[in-house]
Amino acid sequence: MKLDSKIPEGPLELKWSNYKRDMKLVSPNNKRKYEVIVVGTGLAGGAAAASLGELGYNVKSFCISDSARRAHSIAAQGGINAAKNYPNDGDSIWGLFYDTIKGGDYRAREGNVYRLAEVANNIIDQSVAQGVPFAREYSGLLANRSFGGAQVSRTFYARGQTGQQLLLGAYQAMLRQVNAGSVDYHPRHEMLDIVIIDGKARGIITRDLVSGELKRWEADAVVLATGGYGNVFYLSTNAKNSNVTAAWRAHKRGALFANPGFVQVHPTCIPVSGDYQSKLTLMSESLRNDGRVWVPRKKGDTRKPNDIPKEERYYYLEERYPSFGNLVPRDVASRNAKMVCDDGLGVGKTGLAVYLDFHDAIKRDGLETITAKYGNLFDMYKNITDEDPYKVPMRIYPAVHYTMGGLWVDYNLMTNIPGLFAAGEANFSDHGANRLGASALMQGLADGYFVLPATIGNYLADVKPGTRYGTDHEAFTAAAKDAQAQIDKLFNVKGKRTIIDFHRSLGKIVWDKVGIARTKEGLEVAIKEIQDLRAEFWKDVFVPGEQNNYNKYLEFAGRVADFFELAELMAKDALQRNESCGCHLREEFQTEDGEALRNDEEYSYVAAWEFKKLQHELEEEMHKENLEFEFVEPTQRSYK
Amino acid sequence: MSKDMTIHLKYWRQTGPNAAGHFEERTLHTVDEHMSFLEMLDVLNEELQLEGKVPLEFDYDCREGICGACNLVINGVAHGPNAEVPSCQLHMRTYNDGDSITIEPPRAAAFPIIKDLVVDRGSFDRIIAAGGYISAKTGSTQEANTMPVQKEKSDLAFDYAACIGCGACVAACPNASASLFTGAKIAHLNKYPQGQVERDNRVIAMVEQMEEEGFGDCSNFGECEAVCPQGISIAAIAEMRMDYVKATFRK
Repeated sequence: MKLDSKIPEGPLELKWSNYKRDMKLVSPNNKRKYEVIVVGTGLAGGAAAASLGELGYNVKSFCISDSARRAHSIAAQGGINAAKNYPNDGDSIWGLFYDTIKGGDYRAREGNVYRLAEVANNIIDQSVAQGVPFAREYSGLLANRSFGGAQVSRTFYARGQTGQQLLLGAYQAMLRQVNAGSVDYHPRHEMLDIVIIDGKARGIITRDLVSGELKRWEADAVVLATGGYGNVFYLSTNAKNSNVTAAWRAHKRGALFANPGFVQVHPTCIPVSGDYQSKLTLMSESLRNDGRVWVPRKKGDTRKPNDIPKEERYYYLEERYPSFGNLVPRDVASRNAKMVCDDGLGVGKTGLAVYLDFHDAIKRDGLETITAKYGNLFDMYKNITDEDPYKVPMRIYPAVHYTMGGLWVDYNLMTNIPGLFAAGEANFSDHGANRLGASALMQGLADGYFVLPATIGNYLADVKPGTRYGTDHEAFTAAAKDAQAQIDKLFNVKGKRTIIDFHRSLGKIVWDKVGIARTKEGLEVAIKEIQDLRAEFWKDVFVPGEQNNYNKYLEFAGRVADFFELAELMAKDALQRNESCGCHLREEFQTEDGEALRNDEEYSYVAAWEFKKLQHELEEEMHKENLEFEFVEPTQRSYK
Repeated sequence: MSKDMTIHLKYWRQTGPNAAGHFEERTLHTVDEHMSFLEMLDVLNEELQLEGKVPLEFDYDCREGICGACNLVINGVAHGPNAEVPSCQLHMRTYNDGDSITIEPPRAAAFPIIKDLVVDRGSFDRIIAAGGYISAKTGSTQEANTMPVQKEKSDLAFDYAACIGCGACVAACPNASASLFTGAKIAHLNKYPQGQVERDNRVIAMVEQMEEEGFGDCSNFGECEAVCPQGISIAAIAEMRMDYVKATFRK
C-alpha cells in the first residue's frame, strides 16, 4: 500500500494557501444535497459540525454523552497556543511551527504542522467573537502565559478552564445550527461501526444508549472526532467514557492506525491513592511556570517537605536543564520524575511522587497573584488530597494524558478510506511523538473550524450530489449484524469476573510495559500477557443487565474489548521502533546522560498499521510513510 | 493514614422512564476515606455484579468536576454537603464510619428519569439552542484585539460562563426552575460588546424556551446558588429578568 500524504507543493508558507486556491468547491445549491456525519462533539467535532452546518451541509452529529457539552475537551485546563506575538517577545508562525515540530521530536509532517500554526491565530479571533472569556490585561487586551517547550509566551487561557470555555464556544455554535435545522443532533448514541459501499465511507451504525436500539445512518462523508485512547491504561486523565471504539472499528474495516505506541504521559498529575482509584486528575502544566519541582537529595528522607532545607533538595529539572528548567516538555519532565522515583527519591506513602512547590513563587509574587492564576487548581488539589498546596508542596506524578497516535490521515484529514475523515485527537497527524502543552485545543479547533470545512468540500465536489443507496443496502445490513453479534457475544460469555476488573488488569500490563519507559523484553512479555488476558476476558467476563435498556456496563464491555485489541497493537508498534523519540523511550536507546536517542536514518517514518486478522494473536501489517524534512533540519532535541 | 468505613446506602432504583421507582438499601464495609463518592458507588456496583445483579446507573464522565455529567442528590442536597463541590469531587472523608446516605436523582418534570439516577437533561441543550450564543460564523470574525474588554467585565463574564450545566440548580429549586442556568448564560454573553447585538432576542428566546420545557418560575429562594458547584451568583437571575422586561418593551 502506498501512503500518499497529499501535501501540496510549494514553499511551506504557501502550501495551505495553494491548497485553498486549487481546491474544488461545492456550490450553495449543491451543499444542501450532501449529508455529513460527525461523530463526537468535542472541540474538533463540535467545531466541524457547527462550521459545516453554517456552510449549508446537512450535518448529523452524534455523541455518547447526554449532551455535546460533556465531551472531554472540556477538561483541558491550561490554554491554547497561537502566534499572535502580542507580548512582542519574538514569536512568529514559524516559531510556533518550529517549536511544535521540534517538540514532536521530528515525527510529524512539516506541511500539517505549519498549517496548524498558521490557522491558530484565526482560532483566537473566532473564539473571542463567540464570547469565550479569555484572560485579559487591565488594558482590556488579551493576556498570554508561558507553557512547556517554548521560550515565548503564546498561550491564551481562561483561568484553569480553557478547554471548558472553548468547548462551550463550539458547542453553542453547534447548537445554533441545531436550532437553524442544519445540524441533526443525537446525544447518547455510540458509533459501533462504519459502513463502506464501493470503497467509500457511506454511513455508520450507532447504538441508542437509552433504548439500546441499533440504528443505521447514511451520509456522503463521515468524520470521526472521537478523541484519544488513553483509557487503554485504565487509569488516565481521560474522562471515564473516553474510548477508542469508533476509531478501532473503522480500523478493523480498513482504516490505517498510525503510531499507536505514541502516548503522552503528563508530568503533573495527582498521584494514585488506592486500589479503588477510578481516574487520575491532572494539574495543569501551567503550574510549572511558578512551581518548582524537587525531591529530597537523600534516599528515604521522611522529613516533612517544609523541614527539608534548600541545600538538601534536588531541583532536578533546574539542575539538569538550566535553560528550560521546570518548563521542559512533558515527555522530559515525566521521564525525569520516573527516574528520580526509580532511584528511590520519590515522596509520599507510595514513593511514586515528586514535589511541586509554590513557596518561592508566593514569596516573590504574593499570595493574591498566585491565587488569581491557579486558585481553582489549588482548590481542586486540596479537595482531592486533603492537603493545602498554599502551605505544603503538591505531590505530583506522571499519568497517561494524551495519545498522539490515531487514525492515519492525509493532508485533507482523510483516512485511506475515501470519505472517512478523522480530526482532533482521533487522528495522528500533528504532534509527532510528543505533543506540547496548549496544542491539543489548537489542533482540535484548527481541524474543526478551518481544515475540515475546506477539505470535505474538496472531497464532496467529486461525489455526485444526492447519491443514496438506502440503509437497507447489504453493507448496512452486514455492519448492523456484526454490531449485534458483538453485543450478543459479550452477553453470552456469562463469566464471573467484572469488566472493570479486566480493564484494571489490562491497564497494569500496558502501564508497566508500554508506559513511560519500554524495553524489547518487556514489550514481548506484554504482547503475550495481553493476548492471554484477552482470551480470558472472552471466557470469563460478566456483562450485567440487558441490551434494550440504558446499560453503562454494556457500553464499557464493548470498549474494553476494543482496548484489548488496541493494546496489542500499541506494544507491537513500540517494539518495532528501535529508537527513542519524544514520549517513546526505549531504554536500549539512550544517550550517555539518559536522553532519548533518535535514529533518523532508520525510523523517520510514520508507522501505519493495517488490520489483517484477529485470532489469539492480532495480525497487522505495517506500512511506512517516510517523513521528509525540507524546511527544518531534525536535530537532537536539547532543552539544556 | 486511610481507614475503612462502613456506610449504609439507600439509593433510588427505577428501570425506565415510565416504571415505578423504589429505594434499595445496602451496606458497604470497605469504604476508604480517600475515595471519591463516585468511587464508592463503583465499589457498590462491583459488589452487585459479583452477585450477578444489575448495577446502579448514574451519570458521570470527567470525574474532575468540570463536565457536569454527575448530578446526584445526596441526603436531599444536590451534590451533597460541601459548598462548591460537585458529586464527583465529594470525598468519603466528609462522612463518618456508620453514616447513612440516601441518593436520589434530581427530580424535575423537565428532567425525566431514564434509569435509576440517570436523567434526561436535553432541555438544557434546547435552552442554549434557542439563543445561548453569539452568532459568529466561522471565518467571519475580526482580529481578536480590535475589541478590548474591560478586565473586570471579562472576569465577571467568566464567573457566569463557568456553569457546568449539571442541573443542581434545578434539583434544589422548590419550583424546579432553570433560571440560574439560563441567567448565567445570558449574564455571560451580556458582558461583551459582541454580545449586545442579539441581546434582546437572546433573552426572549431563552426565557420562552425555559418555560416551554416545563421548568418552574423563580421565587427567589436562593437554593440554586447554595448548591451550585461553580458558585454562580443569583445576580444572574435578576439580570435576566431585568433584561427580559426591557427586551419585551423594546420589541
